[in-house]
Amino acid sequence: MNFMARPSTRLAVPLFALVISALPVSADDLQDIDRLLKQGQPAQALERVDQYLSQKPKDAKGRFIKGLILVEQNKAAEAIEVFAALSRDYPELPEPYNNLAVLYAAQGQYEKARQQLEMSIRTHPSYATAYENLGDVYTKLASQAYDKALQFDSSNSTAKNKLSLIRDLISSGPARGSSAASGASTGPTPAPPAARPAPAKSAGTKLAAGQEKSVSTKPAEKPARAQGGGEEVLQTVLAWAGAWSKQNVESYLAFYAQDFKTPKGEARAEWEAARRQRISSPKKIEVAVESPKVTLKDQNNAVVSFRQAYRSDNLNIRSSKTLVMVRNEGRWLIQQERAGG
Amino acid sequence: MSRQTLTCVLVAAVAFGAPSTLSPAKGARIEVTADALLAGVYEEIVRGHLEAALQDIEGLIRVRPNFRLAHLIKGDLLLARARPINTIGAAPNVPEANLEGLRAEAFARLRAYRERPPADRVPRYLLQLREDQRYAVVVDTHRSRLYLYQNDGGTPRFVADYYVSSGKNGALKVREGDEKTPIGVYHVTESLPRQKLSDFYGSGAFPINYPNEWDRIQGRNGHGIWLHGTPSNTYSRPPRSSNGCVVLANSDLDALARNVQVGVTPVIISEDVEWLSPEDWASERTSFGKQLEQWRADWESLDTERYLAHYSKSFSAPNQNLDSWSRHKRLVNGGKSWVKIKVSNLSMLRDPGKEGLVLVSFDQEYRSNNLSNTVKKRQYWLHEDGRWRIVYEGAV
Repeated sequence: MNFMARPSTRLAVPLFALVISALPVSADDLQDIDRLLKQGQPAQALERVDQYLSQKPKDAKGRFIKGLILVEQNKAAEAIEVFAALSRDYPELPEPYNNLAVLYAAQGQYEKARQQLEMSIRTHPSYATAYENLGDVYTKLASQAYDKALQFDSSNSTAKNKLSLIRDLISSGPARGSSAASGASTGPTPAPPAARPAPAKSAGTKLAAGQEKSVSTKPAEKPARAQGGGEEVLQTVLAWAGAWSKQNVESYLAFYAQDFKTPKGEARAEWEAARRQRISSPKKIEVAVESPKVTLKDQNNAVVSFRQAYRSDNLNIRSSKTLVMVRNEGRWLIQQERAGG
Repeated sequence: MSRQTLTCVLVAAVAFGAPSTLSPAKGARIEVTADALLAGVYEEIVRGHLEAALQDIEGLIRVRPNFRLAHLIKGDLLLARARPINTIGAAPNVPEANLEGLRAEAFARLRAYRERPPADRVPRYLLQLREDQRYAVVVDTHRSRLYLYQNDGGTPRFVADYYVSSGKNGALKVREGDEKTPIGVYHVTESLPRQKLSDFYGSGAFPINYPNEWDRIQGRNGHGIWLHGTPSNTYSRPPRSSNGCVVLANSDLDALARNVQVGVTPVIISEDVEWLSPEDWASERTSFGKQLEQWRADWESLDTERYLAHYSKSFSAPNQNLDSWSRHKRLVNGGKSWVKIKVSNLSMLRDPGKEGLVLVSFDQEYRSNNLSNTVKKRQYWLHEDGRWRIVYEGAV
């Protein structure tokens, strides 16, 4: 008979990727607000965005950032209100649906999350993040159905999951997303994520994982724009992502320069300890480098921007990242690591 | 890919080579049962309409929120959207043992749906129903199915069938505690309402008369074999999960209860129901009826040896064996100048066991030159050495 054992595409159940970089900010105000948010000052950011919105109450970008700030502040109900109103006013935007879905999913309301994601995909049939999230939501819904079938009590584990989702997404993802996408976009229509897969054939098709080829797994597709030293820089970044994916902490830390500027200015030892903990605790990690762009300043200095797709057993984040690299004794090392392009 | 895989599995689940022409009997009252809905879901899956299948299974869950199997299939339909699945009950990280019961239930329910009793076939066992036996129950432990037949002027007509669970250790109960379901011809002896029972038995129970006379002769023991419902929070249960009882969903038990007559309705439990064409059934019925008529005529003839030739060497009656029975009959017949025997309210039910046994019961009106009486009689006829002989006879 036709029993075909196929390897599953994914076994772990990742959590849901929040779209952070959806609405590129053009107004200075919004850039400032975004910076405050990324610097971990959500209260100030909220104050500023409320000011901004009192002038421009309908502004989609402002309201979207406000939603993100509220997520950061663990105000899920208010964030849901903001994103829900946004998707009512701008039903053509896929991102508010997606983020609503993430918030609903975090509350264990997977059926609602599914509806939102299907809306998101209806507006943008090629929206990769929504597909990935939808796959995860289906998995979650399936798991709930299985729990009922097998009379497992899943209420406790779901609750735990929900809390860790919010904390992880906001406070210390491996790289927090950025809304400072390069190139200002004007209208409320957001730029789609970096890679746009071909339009989906059906809502049930899993697109994101299959179609967005990441450079880390396909070295043959390395972009040609990196020339000379650029090639070496790119190899280094891929090796760095590889060490991270293998959860080889020593090898991973060896990619950082002696004078590496820790993100919050903390002591190197403190930063290393945090990284060690964060990299070794998940059961598995996958880091893919997508659309890398290497800019050589001179022989010993380079800047690499790329889309970082981070996936662990409980977190799934796609974000922009910039690495400032220096060459020291023939080796490229990371001097600065920033979220954003 | 996942769509194909799921389809393959479900097709495999019911591919037992059943002829596709099988269909419910004409005129049978078709209610939208959980199994019909489940079969609808299955057909959607086969046609590749997974979205419709999901909607249908959600509809089924709304009607039967405790139907764990429906939740399992819902899980499969959802999971199939995220990744390929290759079995019913593809729940990851769940011990196989936890899934086996639900899978077995899925197979049993879908198979039964594909193998509905043929419209014109009759269970071999229902040779003749008494006029007052308005319904008969036939259980198939192998298919996990209970079939309800209506007595339509002597011809059994299919009414409905239900998924049932039976003994953990299978069928052919022999002794107390073997957790098997008995095979044989029984009848409902009592109706126990919900109020008198613990929730374990659900909406009610109908005890049957296991062990019957033949079981006792065979040395079988045990007691408390019932048809009963399920705990209020349960709809799904594996095909083999009882201690020997025949267990129905509460809604099915309620439907059955409307047709059950205490002390009257036969319950025939078989491992694998044999279905006969109307011609074969009529022929068996006629042939057996002739045998019985011969016994009656031979008794009336007062040729005691011809009469006694109908009795097996292994014959027994309450407190009697063939010798004592023969002595008694010779003595009694010797004092008669004439005897008239009238048989009425006859029922003839074939035992599904492999012995070849028919349970006959009737009202016997005995008249003679010096004594008359009327008794309700039960006989077990066994097919041995090429002919039918009585192995048990007693008044009810």
